[in-house]
Amino acid sequence: MTGPTPQSIDELVQTALGELEGIDDPESLDQWRVAYLGRRGHLTQVLRGIAQLDVAQRREAGALGNRAKGNLEERLEQRVQQVNQAQLEQAFVRDQLDVTLPGRPSPIGRLHPTTQILREICDAFGAMGFSIVEGPEVEWDHYNFEMLNIPQGHPARDMWNTLWVDYQDPSAGRSMLMRTHTSPMQARVMESSQPPVRVIVPGKCYRYEATDATHEWHFYQVEGLAVDEGITFADLKGTLYEFARRLFGEERRVRFRCDYFPFVEPGVDMSIDCFACNGEGTGCRICRDSGWIEIMGAGMVHPKVLAGVGYDPERYTGFAFGLGPERIAMLKYGIDDIRLFYSNDLRFLRQF
Amino acid sequence: MKVPLSWLRQYVDVVIPAQELAHRLTMAGIEVGDVVETGGWSGCYVGQVLDVRPHPQADRLRLCRVNAGTQELEVVCGAPNVATGQKICFATVGARLLDTHSGKHETLKAARIRGVESQGMICSELELGLGEDHSGIVVLPADAPVGTPLDDYLGDTVLDLELTPNRLDCLSILGVAHEVAALTQTTVTEPDVDYREEGPPIESLVSISVTDSDLCPRYTASLIQGISIGPSPQWLQDRLTRAGLRPINNVVDVTNFVMLELNQPLHSFDFDKIRDATVVVRRARPGETLVTLDGVPRNLNTEVLVIADANDPVGMGGVIGGANSEIGPETTSVLLESATFEAYNNRDTAQSFQLRTEATLRFEKGLRQELAPIALRRATQLIHQVAGGKVARGIIDVNHQPAPALKVSVTGQRLKKILGMDVDMERVEQVLASLGFHDIRHQGGGPESNGAVAGLEVTVPYWRNDITIEEDLVEEVVRIVGYDAVPTTMLSTPIPYRQVGPMTQLVAKVKDALAAAGMQEVISYPLVSQADLEKVNHPEGDGPPLRVANPMSADHEILRPTLRSSPLAALAANEGHGEGPFRLFELGRVFISRENDLPLERETVVALLAGRRLDYSWLHSSPMNDEALDFYDAKGVLAAVLARLGVEPEYRPAEDPLFQPGKCAQISANGLDLGVVGEVHPDIRQRFGLNAAPVSLLELSLDSLLESLGPAERKFKSISRYPAASRDLALVVPQDVPAGRVREIITRHRMVQQADLFDIYSGENVAPGTKSLAFHVNFQSQERTLTAEEVNRSLEGLLKSLEREVGASLRA
Repeated sequence: MTGPTPQSIDELVQTALGELEGIDDPESLDQWRVAYLGRRGHLTQVLRGIAQLDVAQRREAGALGNRAKGNLEERLEQRVQQVNQAQLEQAFVRDQLDVTLPGRPSPIGRLHPTTQILREICDAFGAMGFSIVEGPEVEWDHYNFEMLNIPQGHPARDMWNTLWVDYQDPSAGRSMLMRTHTSPMQARVMESSQPPVRVIVPGKCYRYEATDATHEWHFYQVEGLAVDEGITFADLKGTLYEFARRLFGEERRVRFRCDYFPFVEPGVDMSIDCFACNGEGTGCRICRDSGWIEIMGAGMVHPKVLAGVGYDPERYTGFAFGLGPERIAMLKYGIDDIRLFYSNDLRFLRQF
Repeated sequence: MKVPLSWLRQYVDVVIPAQELAHRLTMAGIEVGDVVETGGWSGCYVGQVLDVRPHPQADRLRLCRVNAGTQELEVVCGAPNVATGQKICFATVGARLLDTHSGKHETLKAARIRGVESQGMICSELELGLGEDHSGIVVLPADAPVGTPLDDYLGDTVLDLELTPNRLDCLSILGVAHEVAALTQTTVTEPDVDYREEGPPIESLVSISVTDSDLCPRYTASLIQGISIGPSPQWLQDRLTRAGLRPINNVVDVTNFVMLELNQPLHSFDFDKIRDATVVVRRARPGETLVTLDGVPRNLNTEVLVIADANDPVGMGGVIGGANSEIGPETTSVLLESATFEAYNNRDTAQSFQLRTEATLRFEKGLRQELAPIALRRATQLIHQVAGGKVARGIIDVNHQPAPALKVSVTGQRLKKILGMDVDMERVEQVLASLGFHDIRHQGGGPESNGAVAGLEVTVPYWRNDITIEEDLVEEVVRIVGYDAVPTTMLSTPIPYRQVGPMTQLVAKVKDALAAAGMQEVISYPLVSQADLEKVNHPEGDGPPLRVANPMSADHEILRPTLRSSPLAALAANEGHGEGPFRLFELGRVFISRENDLPLERETVVALLAGRRLDYSWLHSSPMNDEALDFYDAKGVLAAVLARLGVEPEYRPAEDPLFQPGKCAQISANGLDLGVVGEVHPDIRQRFGLNAAPVSLLELSLDSLLESLGPAERKFKSISRYPAASRDLALVVPQDVPAGRVREIITRHRMVQQADLFDIYSGENVAPGTKSLAFHVNFQSQERTLTAEEVNRSLEGLLKSLEREVGASLRA
């Protein structure tokens, strides 16, 4: 029996590698491995034959055989990786998704736009040290009007058309009403605490009023009050300006003009420049050509209001303001009809 | 309030353009809502019709020769009212006018009309934009100067003021003139009042007494005899029309004119109809009646102030006159009244008789007494001027409650304290003087203040009723100086400590938790109808709900004692737009009436689930697609919300008129009832017209929730470092044993860390009257890894407890 020659080993390697090139699935690769490198494989057989060679040839053939084995193993490993990679790529192609298909629905909850804007407003004032207090929606005439320097029969009462509650007071003859603003909390807060005071009062208000695109009989208000020694009209301007920037952006300009509310003196009304026409005011429906949009009323707390709760108006000064969150939301989001807020149409609510 | 600039200019020079004036007034608190300009008639002049001849080719047209000032022209005119001698508005060729056919402004061209050349046009109201009338031409007063540009003669600008209730003074042209003067650094010229009095003194001709001076602190009157009633002169009519009032006759027009000029409402009586020449100002007597000027008979009550003659009322003081003393064509003597009426009584009368007149609009705001004689003399002068007659000597002035001059002070220190800036006292003085404050006296200014003026004392002018305290003067100063002049600073005082109230916090948390659980917030009107309450079977036993005394409609007359109806109505309103899923919640207050106090306002939340459980999706197989949200979806939301709050709820079967029997649970925690969850009764679904079935609803009282949370902060429980061992248990229990009871027994057991029910089965292979409950149970210790033997021992003990307490056995 003759042993393997270098030539025969080389031929075997060439044949094996030639076959390997054509294989492109893992199963055939395994078969190839068994056929050449397995215990009964061709190369294994050849290597066994080396033992029959004489010593001088054995050494050379042995080295040659080991190299051939290493070579085939290495090439197999490479091929396995190539085949695996190719298979993976095929699988990726096969498993491609239509990424434009919608995802599995999960329910989306949202807060009412009024709740959202109220939070924005409260956060803006919160950052300036105001804390939230709330008060009753049903009030006495005393707090809603009288403590705010609007006595019975005062013509300024026409500014607040009132929904009265059907209630007969057996003892004091007090009148009960749906609060027309959240301002009554001014007196309630000051009656129950000493200065310094810095609060905002969000809440629902009610008016006896016909509804249209800009009027609702049920709406929210955020009232604010700051009272201490040394609070000035300049502070009022700064606080409200900062609020307007936080809600409407840094570029917004503000305008303060004289206005009247019986519980403040001097009284003021703050407007922002119209973002629909950029303050140009020509042919603009949003600002009615004025270039300005009124967003809140304010003023220095009237001395009678301070005296009424037992604060010394010589010592303490302060400012109060009130604004309508629906109006702010309408301006921010371009909503053209206030009646959308409380008619609960999901096609409206889901936009926020 | 309409302020024609033509009238305003009578008292003050308007030195800036109308738009700029409107802006300054608005900034100073006199809001100008609109600036209405009439005019812009270039090429139009006052003309005169020289003669009128028939058109040779057309019956309905005339040929007119018109003097247009510099030239005489011939025009064709179709107006039926054209006549020789008339002063008319004449448009020359090239004028821009409204074309009544196209509705656009067109340039007027010379035209041949039925063969005759027309070199201009005689205009109607419509063509000039003065009004809607196109039935004839505008005929100008006979004294209109021919050749004057029409803009100069008829053009005007009217400021439409939107006044706040404090600025009574600006309901008059002179009041506005004072504002304009202060804002433009000009001065006001008040009208000269001078007329001739003759004959006997007025006291010998008329007797006036005021019995109820509390309601009429001042009553002044004059008497003009031998007048003739007729139309007012054109200037007077123009003044009134441009200010929005209709001319009536010369005497009434004067009273209206003076009201608009000076603010004082006046009343003129036909003196011959005043019995015994006697006027008594008194409260009405019981049963007295009066037919007022509007022809309506009024039953007076004893709180109504009347002006009476010797016997009967002839007017409701400060409200409206009586028909029995009305000025008519035959009137020859006028008793003119200018009085001050008490504001609150005036307002009450106006409201209770629903008679809000130009007079009450002013009296209810409290006119100053000083005004009455000033206006009286002015009106007397004008009546004498336009209606002739003789003015009796003197005036009657009954002033039982004279008001002292109104003096107010302001200091530089106070100005600084309120405004946060220094204001020069010279500037303050100048501003106040320009507004008509007078008798200005300096305060301080002695050696101790280095001669600087510390403050000013001023007398408030008679037309201002809104200045009583120092802060009012501060506002006067700052609104004229301009709010822009005040610096802008941030609050520098300490921030007070105040925690947000626990209920405010809880409301926010619950809303967030519900939104996170996929629920949409809605907000409904808190005033509901009786029908709404009936629809949800609201029990009447809870006491009658509070009602609005003056509801706008029956839909909103009850202060809701329950929140249940609103989300159901919201669902009904939205069902038309889709099949769901509808996952809605509302958090708001319900009102519980109390004896002798404001109602309790309880924060309550109602959540509602109905319609498809899942949105349409290609991912869901179709049977699953059609499943509806049900009771257990509502419970799932509830569990998510309560878990976030750290509340561990318990559920008990319950009955509630809103829910289908057998599908309602009461929710409790820490022994407190928190609310209910269930499927809405089919009858109620039907009443709301709902298509969805079932409709699941949960209701929680936030008061109870807050109480159940207690004051304790949440405490951390350490997480076991040792592995858990799990076992699945299939238990057979009698049909009526609630699963919750079984789970409670399991979770209570030693070493059980968690138990989840994953299957319920009854039917084949389970004995009738029983059901199989399958639980996945985790055993875990805080101290060590449990051995299989320990777990099995624990499990044996658990099975014994289950058998003993609810008759459970392992399923074979």
